[in-house]
Order: sequence, then structure tokens, then C-alpha cells
Amino acid sequence: MDAIILQILNGLDKGSAYALIALGLTLIFGTLGVVNFAHGALFMLGSFCAVTLQKILSLSFTVEDPTQKDFLGNPLKVDTPYIVSWFGDATGNAILNWSVPLAILFAIPVMLLVGYVMERGLIKHFYKRPHADQILVTFGLAIVIQEIVKYFYGANPIPTPAPDMFRGSLDFGVLIGFAQNEIIYPYWRLVYFLFSAVIISAVFAFLRFTTFGMVVRAGMADRETVGLLGINIDKRFTIMFGIAAAVAGLAGVMYAPINSPNYHMGMDFLVLSFVVVVVGGMGSLPGAVLAGFLLGILESFASMNEVKSIIPGIDQIIIYFVAIIILLTRPRGLMGRKGVMEE
Amino acid sequence: MTKFQINRRSLIKSGAAIGAGLALPTIFTSSARAYLNEPKGGTVTLGFNVPQTGPYADEGLDELRAQELAVQHLNGEGDGGMLNTFSSKALKGNGILGKKVQFVSGDTQTKSDAARASAKSMIEKDGAIMINGGSSSGVAVAVQGLCQEAGVIFMAGLTHSNDTTGKDKKRNGFRHFFNAYMSGAALAPVLAKAYGTDRRAYHLTADYTWGWTQQESIATATEAMGWETVNNVLTPLASTDFSSYIAPVLNSGADVLILNHYGGNMVNSLTNAVQFGLRDKMVNGKQFEIIVPLYSELMAAGAGANVRGVYGSMNWNWQLQDEGSKAFVKSFGEKYGRPPSNSAHTCYVQTLLYADACERAGTFDPCGVVDALEGFEFDGMGNGPTLYRADDHQCFKDVLVMKGTDNPTNEYDTLEIVEVTPRAQVEYAPDHPMFAGGDLGACNSGA
Repeated sequence: MDAIILQILNGLDKGSAYALIALGLTLIFGTLGVVNFAHGALFMLGSFCAVTLQKILSLSFTVEDPTQKDFLGNPLKVDTPYIVSWFGDATGNAILNWSVPLAILFAIPVMLLVGYVMERGLIKHFYKRPHADQILVTFGLAIVIQEIVKYFYGANPIPTPAPDMFRGSLDFGVLIGFAQNEIIYPYWRLVYFLFSAVIISAVFAFLRFTTFGMVVRAGMADRETVGLLGINIDKRFTIMFGIAAAVAGLAGVMYAPINSPNYHMGMDFLVLSFVVVVVGGMGSLPGAVLAGFLLGILESFASMNEVKSIIPGIDQIIIYFVAIIILLTRPRGLMGRKGVMEE
Repeated sequence: MTKFQINRRSLIKSGAAIGAGLALPTIFTSSARAYLNEPKGGTVTLGFNVPQTGPYADEGLDELRAQELAVQHLNGEGDGGMLNTFSSKALKGNGILGKKVQFVSGDTQTKSDAARASAKSMIEKDGAIMINGGSSSGVAVAVQGLCQEAGVIFMAGLTHSNDTTGKDKKRNGFRHFFNAYMSGAALAPVLAKAYGTDRRAYHLTADYTWGWTQQESIATATEAMGWETVNNVLTPLASTDFSSYIAPVLNSGADVLILNHYGGNMVNSLTNAVQFGLRDKMVNGKQFEIIVPLYSELMAAGAGANVRGVYGSMNWNWQLQDEGSKAFVKSFGEKYGRPPSNSAHTCYVQTLLYADACERAGTFDPCGVVDALEGFEFDGMGNGPTLYRADDHQCFKDVLVMKGTDNPTNEYDTLEIVEVTPRAQVEYAPDHPMFAGGDLGACNSGA
């Protein structure tokens, strides 16, 4: 039982990342009708916002320490972050320690801007082109973004730790009546799950309860009619592209302590996220979220030794296997709407 | 005016003389075979096949830096590096066999097919006389096979699978880097001393040739010390989040987790394991421990604080204080402003060893180079007295047991040397079961 609960927690955690990325993908597809293969790169850029802020906060001045030697036998150059020098050890180190949560504030404007520039500079020229063209150009863009990041940050993963207070694990089992140390789960992964729940809820609330969201939803249902009413729907859709980029970016920022960011991490999530979108139903926001969590949980269960001993290798194919079954039984996905991508 | 007449007698005499004349060079030069990409002008071209894109691009860049440095030293530029400490004095700093050394580079992308394609291109289009480098056993085995077929020498870079000099060994291929068996043989006694002989180990293993041989080697070595192997779970190479593989470890009864992962897999699995609080747990009345059998400096940097106190092994480390290591670190550090990685070291040494073998053989002919390298004993290259064993083309030398530094003082201070395991402890018979099934075959000079 404890193993099952652990894998449910794992699945919810994995599903959080899938759902956040798939949500952004669906927002873009639902509003602009663009299949954005650069969305994984936006997730990666979010993680590198955390890396960048960490580097900015760690900017240092160098002092030679003659009592210590470097690897060549020269006096060791000791780096002291300006922030520590300005604010003192306690405050300076606390700011450095909280660089990932602080990066949320940094990433929002950066990712909104990236999304805006991406949409105005490139994507808008492909609205009326076939989906194949959109896939090719956005995939190419993803590779360009990757290579730019690699040029500046290298190919090696860059450790970006969570604040000290979120390191370690929670004895989750004790909270639900199990013995000590039976179900322990990392604090930061729980934070990630809660964070994604907040972001997903915020996006849904924004679309549901604001006038802007209402217009966007109307535009998603019938773009032409909304335009005929004198509303500049293109402008709103551009903003939605920026919001989708910011959602992917925030997913990336908070993911940085879970796995050290590297330039390729977006591609690792991209294919899975597209499967999530297709299983959820193209253009369906609730479908994307539901499928994200569902496939995350299934993937976790498939990794259990008991399951793998019955069906070896199932952990590698489970998502695609389930996707095939769902598409055979429900061709529009779990919550897909009629008419989407069916012309 | 004389009259030129041909009769039967003069025709036979002339024919015999011409025939003898034509045959003469062949009789006296039958040992000077033609071979693939024989250097004709004043230069010789080496091919450096390293990952320049993909997840191991940083490691490939470090290999390329070292190879470039080796070329400079061979050509008499710079401070000479390990040429000054190498026990063989055949290299004079005037190139190889008097020919100036130049190089071309290819991108393996850490993919077997891409690595073969780039090696093939360097051999066929650029006239590379040898191929050196790489950061993966899958790539090494693939390129070694290609070089054998083509008829050039392959000096492997970072490849740690037993298979490279085991079932997949080739006469034209040589490995300086240590292997999984050696890691196990070096690590197990240190682990037994540090953690005791009554331990239960859970293995997570990358599902490909290197992972399998690494797991088999470390499990065999630790079981010989009294440890029990609780489980071995194969993880897909493409995995990025290992949480679902680590969660079952918590209640498996194991008190040690062995991560048979390398590169990004290792960085992520170690990070995930630490996040799950494994190292804070007490199991079976003992502190839970994590082990990473194969380390690299770049991986340690990627794992950050998670690597502290974790045991592993390496082929070489820049902190060694022998004259060869100090000379190499000085050359590399002054040129690039950073200490070299162990993959950089192995590629540098392999380039010098190849050049030295050509000098001693007096030819670039791969078969001559093979003869010169087989059974070659040398010193002064950073690993103590070393043997290139003729039976399998594996180098035998000291192995380093490492541990993540607890209190690093700078960005390069990530790992510390725990023990220099003597060569005798990691040696094995050529017909050892873990290396069974291969055959070196005959050398191929591509003629």
C-alpha cells in the first residue's frame, strides 16, 4: 500500500510538469491554431531564468588569498558575491538561498516578452500555413533556442538548488496513519505539485472570470464573429501566447531544483507533452490537465518493480500504449471537441 | 652506323634482365607494404572524434582541448607537457617521424551512427591516419569496428564498458581508460572498509552495454566482500526523472543504493536520490549510503552539493602529484585556465602513445603501430607504471577511488582522492568470464 501511495505522489508530481506544459501548448493551439514545437524550449528557458538569476545574484568580486593555492600553485582567487558584501552574510546568503523562488518574479516578465517577440516576430507569419509548416518552423526555432542557451551556459547540467528549508523530505506516511519512514516524499516536489495546482487554477480562473478571458474563450469558439464585433482578437491572442510562454517558463523555474537544468531538457518533455495534449483532446484545457496527471500516474505505476516483472519494459512504452488505446476508443481524446483538427 | 638486330638469344637475355630488374624492388621491399592514408608530404593528419554537440559536448570540448595540446607538444610547441616525463624518449618534438602533425575533428554527437559517419569522413576525405577520442562505450565499440574494417588505428577516449576490450575488442583498437571491472575491484575493498561487509545493495542501472557491465562488475566485487544484492533495476537511457525508480528503494530493505549511471543520468538520479532523503535514512541500523562507481569532474560539477561524501572511481585526476600529472596540469591549466578532466587526460595520453608507437615502429603502418603498442610498458603519464596488454589491448595501471569533497574550496574542488589502488589489485586474466567471447583478429592496414 505504501508503494502505491508513493507512486501516486510521484505520478501527481510528474503529471504537474506534463499538465503545465500541455496547458500552455493547448492555450496556443486553442487560440492561435498553431502547433508549437518550441514549447519545450520555453520550459527550458524558464529553468534557465532560475540559473540566470542565480548567476546574477552570485556576481562576485575576486580577492587573492595568499594563504591558499589554486591548482597551478598560484594564490587562490576567492570570490565574494557583491550581495553578501552589501547586505552582510546572513541577508546576502538568504537571498542567494532563495534564488529559485525569486526567479519566479524574474521569469514572468522575461517569458511574457519572449512569448510576445516569438509570436510577433515569427509565429504570426505562419497562421495561415499548414500545420506541417508550423511544426517545422517551431521545431527549428526550438533547436535555435537550445543552441543559443548551450553557447552561453554549456552542455553540462547546472545545479540550481531549492532553498535550504525545502531540502529533505516530509514523512508523509505519518500524516495518513502509516508508520514512520514508510512514505517519505521530497518537500520541493510537494511544493512543485502545489505550485502547479495554483498556476493551473489561476489560468482557468483568468479565462473564466475575467472579461479578457471571456473574449478569448469566445475567440477560441468563433474567431471571425468576435472580430466582426469590433474586438481586436489578434491582440488578445498574442497576449495569450505570452501567458502560455510564461506558464511554461514558470513550470521550468520551479523544476530547476528537481533536475539540474541543461539545454536539452525541453526536448525531453516536448514529445510527452504532445502526447498529453492529444490524449486530453486537442484544444481542450481541462483535457490537457486531466491527461497530464493521468499519464504521470500511469508512468509512475509502470516503473514499479512488480509491474515490470510481469511486463518487462512497460515503463518505456506505457504512455504511448495508453495513448493508442484512448485514441482508438475516443478519437478526439478524453475531452476533445468536435471539429478541432478534423478539417 | 650499327645495325640493330633482334635474334632469339638476345631476346631471351634482354627479357631475363628486364624481368629481374622489375622483380628486384619487390624482393627487397616486400616488408614495406602500402597502407591506408600513408602520409606522402611533410604532414600527417590525426582524426579527433569527440562529442561536440549533445549532452556530452562539454566533455568532448575538454577532450579536444587536450588533443590540440598534444599536437602542439608533438610539434615542439609549448612546454612539452608529458613529453618531458614520458619514460619512452622516442618523441623529439619534431612531429611524428619528422612529419608535422595536423588534425581534423569530427562530432560523434554521442550517437554510434553519427560517430561512425564522422570517423569515416575523416578517414576517407581528410586522410586521417588514426582516430582518437569519444565519451561513450557504445560509440567506442562502433568506431572501433569501423577503424578495424577501414584499416586505421583507433585510440579510444572515455569508454568504460568491459566489452570494449572484451567481447568487442579489435586488433586495431586500443584503450587507455580503465574499465568497469577495474572500478569494482578498486572500489569494493574501500567500500567494505568504510561501510562494513554486511550491506544490502540496490542497483539502478542504465539499460545499455556500459550499464550492464558496470552493474555486473560492481555487484560481483561487492558480493565477494559479503554484500548482498537486493535488486537490480534497469532504467531507460532516455530517463530524466528517476523518482519512480527511487521510490521503491525506500522500502526494499536495502541500505546502499548503487547508481550505475553516467553523465546526465547520473546527475539526475543522484539528485533525485538525495531529494528523497535517502542519505538521511537509517536502515537495518545503518546509515543509508549512495555509491556512483564511475565519476567524472563534469558530472560532479553538475550534481553540485549532492555529490558530497559519495564514493566512486576515476581513471585519473588533476590532483595527483606525480611528475607526469603535474606537467600535464600545468600545460593544460596555463593554456585553458582550468584543470583537465580525466577524459581530457586519456585523450592526451592516447595521442602521445600513438605518436610514440609510430616513432618506435619507424612507420605509420597500422600493423607496425599495433606491434609497437602490444605489450608496451611505460611510465610518466600520470598513472604509474602502465602496461598495454597484448592479449586485449587494455591498459593496466593504478585506479583512483574518489569521494565527493565535503567542504569544497573552489569550483574545481568537487572530488577528492581517497586511494590510489595499485595496478596489481585491478588486474585480471585475459580469459576472465566478464571479458569472454571476443577475438582481436588480425591487424588491418587497409592495403
